[in-house]
Amino acid sequence: MDPRIAAIRARTEYIKRIIPVASGKGGVGKSLVSTGLALALKEKGFKVGLMDMDFNGASDHIILGASVDEFPEEEKGVVPPEIHGLRFMSIVYYTQNNPTPLRGAEISNALIELLAITRWGDLDYLIIDTPPGMSDTFLDILRFLSRGEFLIVTTPSPLSYNVVDKLIALLKERNHKIVGIVENMKRGEVIKVTNPAAKYNIPVLVEIPVVNEIDEVIGDPGKLMHSVFGERMKSLCDKI
Amino acid sequence: MHEWALADGIVRTVQDFARKYNATRVNEVKIVLGELQDVDPEILKFALEETKKGTVMEDANLVFVEEKAVFECKNCGHRWYLDDVRDILDDKIKEDVHFVPEVAHAFISCPNCKSRDFEILEGRGVYIDSITIEED
Ligand SMILES: Nc1ncnc2c1ncn2[C@@H]1O[C@H](COP(=O)(O)OP(=O)(O)O)[C@@H](O)[C@H]1O
Ligand SMILES: [Mg+2]
Ligand SMILES: [Zn+2]
Repeated sequence: MDPRIAAIRARTEYIKRIIPVASGKGGVGKSLVSTGLALALKEKGFKVGLMDMDFNGASDHIILGASVDEFPEEEKGVVPPEIHGLRFMSIVYYTQNNPTPLRGAEISNALIELLAITRWGDLDYLIIDTPPGMSDTFLDILRFLSRGEFLIVTTPSPLSYNVVDKLIALLKERNHKIVGIVENMKRGEVIKVTNPAAKYNIPVLVEIPVVNEIDEVIGDPGKLMHSVFGERMKSLCDKI
Repeated sequence: MHEWALADGIVRTVQDFARKYNATRVNEVKIVLGELQDVDPEILKFALEETKKGTVMEDANLVFVEEKAVFECKNCGHRWYLDDVRDILDDKIKEDVHFVPEVAHAFISCPNCKSRDFEILEGRGVYIDSITIEED
């Protein structure tokens, strides 16, 4: 028997809302949206946790410009360090930036371990950055954090819509909550495909344009929040 | 102390189990400690003694069994033990692995072919091997 499963319930007890940020495809902006949304909610005065669950592509610490050399403090589990006012947890604290090739079952195991030991305390929001697609991690989130309210990120591309369609179908099948869709990297012109949002009657909460200077704000949360991207994240707060 | 989080998980799991089988008391809980995670049995024992107070497992006998860590390379099939690679594990690495044993892949590679693509066959971490109860 795995004692960690029962521990997860206890560790997440005092979190009001859990918002996993998911997408079918990679590279659509999940990490920027997760981190930006977490920062925007914090600016509004909420208590916010951010957990990077994309073990192979962990990037939230880069967006935050966080040093991951220091170790989360141990206190009957581990307490996520405060980074720019967010309680932040990521596997990178433990891998020392080494390549860490994990197979599916091990990714699951590592994730269960982190969920079982992290003491979030009381939070208004826990934002979870996820790996692309219906990965093992994604399935574990459905299993262990079933009260999660999913925020779906897509780009206005038929390639992304197609995968998002399946993602929504999967979530709906099991009655998981979906808070809405973020359409990222809009390029102006009208495209001839429709977002699956309409088909499933899910609101598009915010549209984010392509932000040319995005690389300059990565690693600097202050600048990020003052960019067009940050502005959109603030308006997203009021809609979730 | 990570051991406290584990103790909490163990007690909750035993409580769930006891409830499921209408146990009036739990006589023994056998806990396996995988070598890789390097959990301190003394601290875990202390944390368990504290956490189990006032629960159905209050008087349970705690039995600890240590399990050697065994690895097998997915690339070349070589099998090895933690002792074979112990010299590369400094204190920081040990701590990392203590919290999340899977990060072993960040630091250990196959002694034969250097691949990081290996499986932890045994001795990963902590689990409950058996729970002995008294029923109504
Ligand atoms: N609105 C945007 N404008 C310009 N570049 C963006 C925008 N959103 C994301 N990007 C860029 O796209 C890439 C993928 O973003 P990321 O958040 O890592 O996506 P994911 O987490 O879904 O893989 C990054 O290089 C990021 O800087
Ligand atoms: Mg990402
Ligand atoms: Zn090998």
